[in-house]
Parts: sequence; structure tokens; C-alpha cells
Amino acid sequence: MTKVETALGSMSMNGLDHGVTRDTLTGSIDPRARLITTMVFIIVATSFGKYDILGLLPLVIYPMVLMALGTVPVRSIAKKLLYVSPLAIFIGIFNPLFDSRILVHLGPVGISGGWISFATIMLKFVLTVSAALILVASGGFDAVCQALARLKVPNVFVSQLMFMHRYIYVMTDQASRMVRAHSLRSFRRSGMSLRVFGSLIGQLLLRTLDRAQRIHTAMVSRGFTGEIPLMRELRLAGRDAAFVVSWSALFILVRLYNIPLWIGSTLMGVLS
Amino acid sequence: MSHHIVEVRDLEYSYPDGTCALNGVSFRITHGESVGLVGANGAGKSTLLQHLSGCLFPAGGTVRIGDFPLTRENVHDVRRHVGMIFQDPDDQLFMPTVFDDVAFGPLNLGMPKDEVEARVMDALNVVGAAHLMNRPPYKVSGGEKRAVAIATVLSMAPDILVLDEPSAGLDPRSRRSLIGLLGNFSHTKIIATHDLDLVMDLCERTLVIHNGRIAADGPTMEIFGNEALLEANHLEKPLRMQGF
Repeated sequence: MTKVETALGSMSMNGLDHGVTRDTLTGSIDPRARLITTMVFIIVATSFGKYDILGLLPLVIYPMVLMALGTVPVRSIAKKLLYVSPLAIFIGIFNPLFDSRILVHLGPVGISGGWISFATIMLKFVLTVSAALILVASGGFDAVCQALARLKVPNVFVSQLMFMHRYIYVMTDQASRMVRAHSLRSFRRSGMSLRVFGSLIGQLLLRTLDRAQRIHTAMVSRGFTGEIPLMRELRLAGRDAAFVVSWSALFILVRLYNIPLWIGSTLMGVLS
Repeated sequence: MSHHIVEVRDLEYSYPDGTCALNGVSFRITHGESVGLVGANGAGKSTLLQHLSGCLFPAGGTVRIGDFPLTRENVHDVRRHVGMIFQDPDDQLFMPTVFDDVAFGPLNLGMPKDEVEARVMDALNVVGAAHLMNRPPYKVSGGEKRAVAIATVLSMAPDILVLDEPSAGLDPRSRRSLIGLLGNFSHTKIIATHDLDLVMDLCERTLVIHNGRIAADGPTMEIFGNEALLEANHLEKPLRMQGF
């Protein structure tokens, strides 16, 4: 396997949404309900202030409960989080340098606002990304697409997403074959010159366009008119509504009241 | 029924870059015939097939599929009758699961759900791929992909099957079972391929295409017995006939 294959293989949803049996407890909830709940979760999680790490903590319960109830592989989610973490790290890594005002004293150690906001960014990243990954893992990517379509998201976007997911493997395959062909003839010279890289990427684009053309031909020859028909029935049941309402209520509660602080002060009150 | 007739008359086509791909092709294929389309690389096979499924339109001459002359207005009727199976199944299988893929055509034709389901299961059973129903199409083997690709077309109950290199990339056993499968169909079949042994097995008639023209049209055994003709068209005797 070339590096491209390994990297893309672990980045893509591969193994995440196909090892999943769809009749798990979370998987059997209507995908629309799961989608809306995930969106509420993400909005709530991102709305916390930059120093409000304490208030954010209780939200951990959502991904944890879902992972425990479903058969979502915790390991693979953790691995994917690790792969994309550099993005979040780069966003926050300079905070400790710029914001060195001491905000909290943990005994003799003073913790600056920068470190707290950095930790908040990382926690938000872990929460939101794992929620999105769990959404995909607990019912499959196509279920999410179908939910989007049923929630009246324009068809163009939904089919784009569906095709992206379908053809990422084919493109990965193509890219890795090209990289392999390159490395087989580049002998000891390691790496790729910018010129070669440019033409490789260009080739990949041209081949992708060609394939897109062929796929479109295949689609119109089977009667495609702009809408992708899916036969799976979706039915909203009481439990779906209960799922959305109870989780959303919990998220909003967590947003409005700083629960860890409240527990802490109650405990302190009892102890003193 | 005249649905199954394919008639091409003086067909001409040039690509936008000026390459002349078809230069006066004429033939007529009648109900239930199975015809092999052979020729060198770049002879015009794929361009011809694309005309039969209404993916390209004639620059000169006419293409008639059953009762319809191929025009932009009735291309949908033409496509309804012609099932095109592409060379690379990855181009043809674009839906999230095998079931969705086979259901794509019938759903687009506006059939009721029960009917769609029955057709999908029938088509999958015919090609022996019912057990793959819920699998994503890119996770099945090459031979299975080919079988599913055929099912996607069968579910639309076409009268005419057009196949582009159906045996390309298949292992010998998958190739053999494909031949068995195609042999059972009573559809009119047009098979473009370099696999001349497959043509021998499936097609009683063969068209040889060369430089955008029909170089020969006749019984398969006769054509494959004519060494000079094969030589002139970058072909050689099927392996099975070599040594005779």
C-alpha cells in the first residue's frame, strides 16, 4: 500500500459506515432525528465561550452514550479524530503565547487564559467531530444523505455528497496507482518534484472529469432526470421525536446552566 | 414486435476535435439476433455503441431503434428499449447499495414501489447476485460487479442489450459464467469486444469495423475463418480456431 492509500483509507469513512449493523438502538432511530439532534449538539457545543471549558464538559455524555448504545467502533472514531486533529491544534496552538493572563490557580500552578481557550478548542473539536462521525457510523452515509434530502436540502447538494462518498474510493485507487507508477520509475530519488506533482494532479483531474462524463452517461441512459430516487421508506415514530426532544433539552440545559459548577458548589456547601 | 430491431444507415460522426470516428456505417439487426462487434482499438466500436444508447447523436445518417428514429426528442424512448452495459462497472454502479443501483432505472421510469422491488429481485436472481443486495457496489468482486451491472439494466426490461467489452478484466471462471448468463438471454444483443472466443460462443453474426466503416458483416464462423480479412483489421483467429 502506498502512503496515499493508507492515508486516504484511514481518512475516509471506510470501515466506519460499513461495519455497522443498522439495527442497533441508535441506528434504528430515523436518520432525520439523528441528523437534527447532531446539528443541535454541534450548535450548542460551538456556542460556548472560549474560556467556558467547565460548562462544555457535560456534553461529553452525548457521544459517550451513543457509542455505548450502538456498535460504533470507538477505536476507529478515535483514530479518525487523531488524523484531523492537526487542524484544530493549529487553530489553537498560539493561544497560550498571545494570552498569558493567569486565569485559574491550581494550587501553586497558574493556568493562563491561552491554555484554557486552547483546551476549549480541542474539546469542542473532539465533541463536534465525534458527533458527526457517530452520525455517519450509526446508520451509514447514505442514510444521512437521504435524511438531508427529506429535510428539503437541495438535491444538487445531496447528490454531490452521495457521489463524493461513492467515488472517493475509486479516486483513491486511481491516485495510488499513479503514485505507484511514479515511484516505480523514480528509483532512488525520493519525493516528487513540483513539476511532476503538478502534472499528476492535472492528470487526476482530467481522468476524474472523464469518469464523471461516463457516469453521467450511465445515469441518463437509465432515465436520470436530476433526482436520485431511493426506495427506503422513512417513517417518523414517537421514539424519534423523543430522541430529538430529550437530547436537545439536555443540550440546552447544559448550555444555560453551568452544571459542573453547580455540582461543585453544592458539594462544597454540603462539605463546609 | 418491431421493438427489437436496430437499423443504422450511413451513420457518420466526428468528434469535436475533428477526429472522424464513423464514416458511413450501415447495418440492420433483427429481433433476437446476437451480434459481435469487433475491430482494432480506435476503430469506432465505442462511438457506435454510444449512438445505439442515445448518448451521441448522428452527425449524418440515421439510427433507428425499434419504432423510433433516434432524435433528441425521443431519446428517452430509445433508452427505455436499449440496455447499455459499460466497460467499467465502476462507471455504471453509482448508488450506495446494490439494491438501490438496480432500482435506479425502474424508479426513474416511475414504477410503483412493489413493482420496482419485484423487478429488482428478479434481475438480481437472474444474474445470481441476490445475496449482494445490501452491499455497497464498490465492495464486491470484479465478476460480481459485472453481474450487478447487467442486473441494473435487466431491471428495466430492455428489448436490446448493448455490451461494451463485457469480459474485460474477468477471471476465466467469471468470464465463463458471464457467457453462460448472456447465452440464456433471448434479447437482441450487440457485443463489442476483443474477446473473439466469446463472440464465437455467443454470436452467430459478426460485424467487423475498421476506420469507421463496416469492413465485413456475416456469419461469425465465416468471418473468423477468413485470415486475410482478420489480418487486415488488426485481428487474429480466436484461440480455439488456431491450429486448424
